[in-house]
Amino acid sequence: MKVELENLTKRWGDVFGADSIDLEITDGELVAFLGPSGCGKTTTLLMVAGIYKPTEGVIRFDERVVNHVAPKDRNVGMVFQSYALYPHMTVFRNISYPLKLKKVPQEEMQRRTQQVADMMGIGHLMDRKPAQLSGGQQQRVALGRALVKEPDLLLFDEPLSNLDARLRLSMRGEIKRLQLELGITSIYVTHDQVEAMTMADRIAVMREGKLLAYGSPEELYDRPRTLFIGGFVGNPPMNFVDVEVVQENGAYHARRGGFDVVVPPERGGQAAGHGTVIFGIRPEDVAIADDGVPGEIYVVEPLGRDDLIDVRMDEEARVHVLADPALGLRIGDNVKLRFNTDEAQFFDPETEQSLLWA
Amino acid sequence: MTTPSTEPGRENGTRRSLRRAVPYLLLTLSVLPIVIGYAWVIIATFSYRTKGLLPIDAEGNIGGFTLQNWTFVSDAEIWRVALNTFGIAIGMVIGVGFVSSLAGYALSRMNFAGRKGFLGLTLVLHAFRPEMLLIAIFHVLLFIGGIPLIGKFFGFNTVGGVALVMVSLELPLGVWLMKGFFDNIPWDMERSALIDGASRFRVWWEIILPQIKPGLAALAIFNFITGWNAFLIPFTFTLGSKVSNLPVYLNRFSEDTSMVSWNQVAAVGLFSLLPVMIFFIFTQEMLLEIYSGGAKGGA
Repeated sequence: MKVELENLTKRWGDVFGADSIDLEITDGELVAFLGPSGCGKTTTLLMVAGIYKPTEGVIRFDERVVNHVAPKDRNVGMVFQSYALYPHMTVFRNISYPLKLKKVPQEEMQRRTQQVADMMGIGHLMDRKPAQLSGGQQQRVALGRALVKEPDLLLFDEPLSNLDARLRLSMRGEIKRLQLELGITSIYVTHDQVEAMTMADRIAVMREGKLLAYGSPEELYDRPRTLFIGGFVGNPPMNFVDVEVVQENGAYHARRGGFDVVVPPERGGQAAGHGTVIFGIRPEDVAIADDGVPGEIYVVEPLGRDDLIDVRMDEEARVHVLADPALGLRIGDNVKLRFNTDEAQFFDPETEQSLLWA
Repeated sequence: MTTPSTEPGRENGTRRSLRRAVPYLLLTLSVLPIVIGYAWVIIATFSYRTKGLLPIDAEGNIGGFTLQNWTFVSDAEIWRVALNTFGIAIGMVIGVGFVSSLAGYALSRMNFAGRKGFLGLTLVLHAFRPEMLLIAIFHVLLFIGGIPLIGKFFGFNTVGGVALVMVSLELPLGVWLMKGFFDNIPWDMERSALIDGASRFRVWWEIILPQIKPGLAALAIFNFITGWNAFLIPFTFTLGSKVSNLPVYLNRFSEDTSMVSWNQVAAVGLFSLLPVMIFFIFTQEMLLEIYSGGAKGGA
């Protein structure tokens, strides 16, 4: 099912929950709503579910306007952060509840519930109460309950944030696989950008009720349109340094104090002549080398496979660099940095818009 | 790990158990008057007369156990009165439970004009002493009595009328308590049920109400006891033993112009206390829930 949000707005008095969101989700797509807490992503989700009524704007399922359709008639399944299982019901009754409400015949209800439970790997726990289950099992029950009615749209509201890190990783894969197999259009709300990057076909980045960007993970990662997206998407986050871009002997240089790197003309050309601009570079695009920009190591954070090195180039300019732990770098070491400026980003410090991807 | 030196250890132990005994000693002492009071009631009901805690006969000798104080149980009147009492108590359990669980839900979950004002007003209403309202209630009951059919069951001098007044006086508290219980249920559970396809009423009945069962039970017990022991309202709005309840009956017993047999009063009192005590023994755990706020939310 296709989902369209048009100028979708939710206001409580003067407070904006969501501010004119325009978005289209194609059939079978998994879209992540990504943003810090309080950014309006859950509000938007609840409007899609029919729990909140939009103040303004239109929600369309396929071509049908559903603004005034009750939640029960929207045929959506939802998984909550708290799982929202019914504590007084057994696993079987929890999962079969949507079918019971649809007045599905007893025999079919039994069969479909068992089928979904088996698919989720909780078929043997049917007689337990939610309190007798582990967090991961509760999560599966919640997922089963959302799936059992064969919804046209699946909504996830931070479903993994109550699980421990390892379980989160495996559930992430499972949800992704399940969604692909069943081909159900899905909206996945999260504040974890790794989750969004790994699971979503497209990511909608939100902040303060506004939709800031909407695109594939690669698009957001390689071509961030604002400073916020540049800094928010990607882990460890992008480095920002104030520079001035000048043209010299046909080459573009990004400069500040002792910092001077050559930038490819297709990027440098856009940033030149703007005075001070913000130069953005991801930690993986900076390397410790034999020559380059000098700096002093401020902090070394071992991440296991890499060390995350915080290098101070001057009083105000610091960059994070991913380096091989085998280099054995220590705090206080003097190093040289080489920048892969093919991936350099430039932002206007006033508007915070990208100078490259307008 | 080390060899224990027994001497200081034993001394410590003695001192510790002494220190532990002190609170019990103090509590026992402070409870003693009440216990003695109840002991007297129980002894008195089975004796001709009493001197202190000792039963005595007509000549003042120790002894004189008798069952004559309990002869009232063979009187049909007492059973009718007990039935009335039970009616009022059950009426309160059902009336207050039903209305407060609906009103509490609405106040907790729904947004409507005047919600805040209603909440405030309810609290103020609870502050009114029923004594202040007696005359007004009397007029209301007379009015209800004038309505055909309904008046027969809920008018002045009916058990239904008394129950109705008791219910309405208890509602402010009930509504507030229930609202508190509903407030503790996470919204997500309700949203989830709505998305699963339940109507608002089914959400209330099948999902939310089962979560606050302990709270509802506590409210029911509380109301049962209040209804069972009600005096002022039945006393004011009933005439004669046909519709009176046990506390009123007991009161008439002790204010007759003839000499009061306190032993008999004690027997009737004990009789009226028994159901509540039995009830309480079995439900006290639930009763304590009323102060700890219903069900634990979430999964």
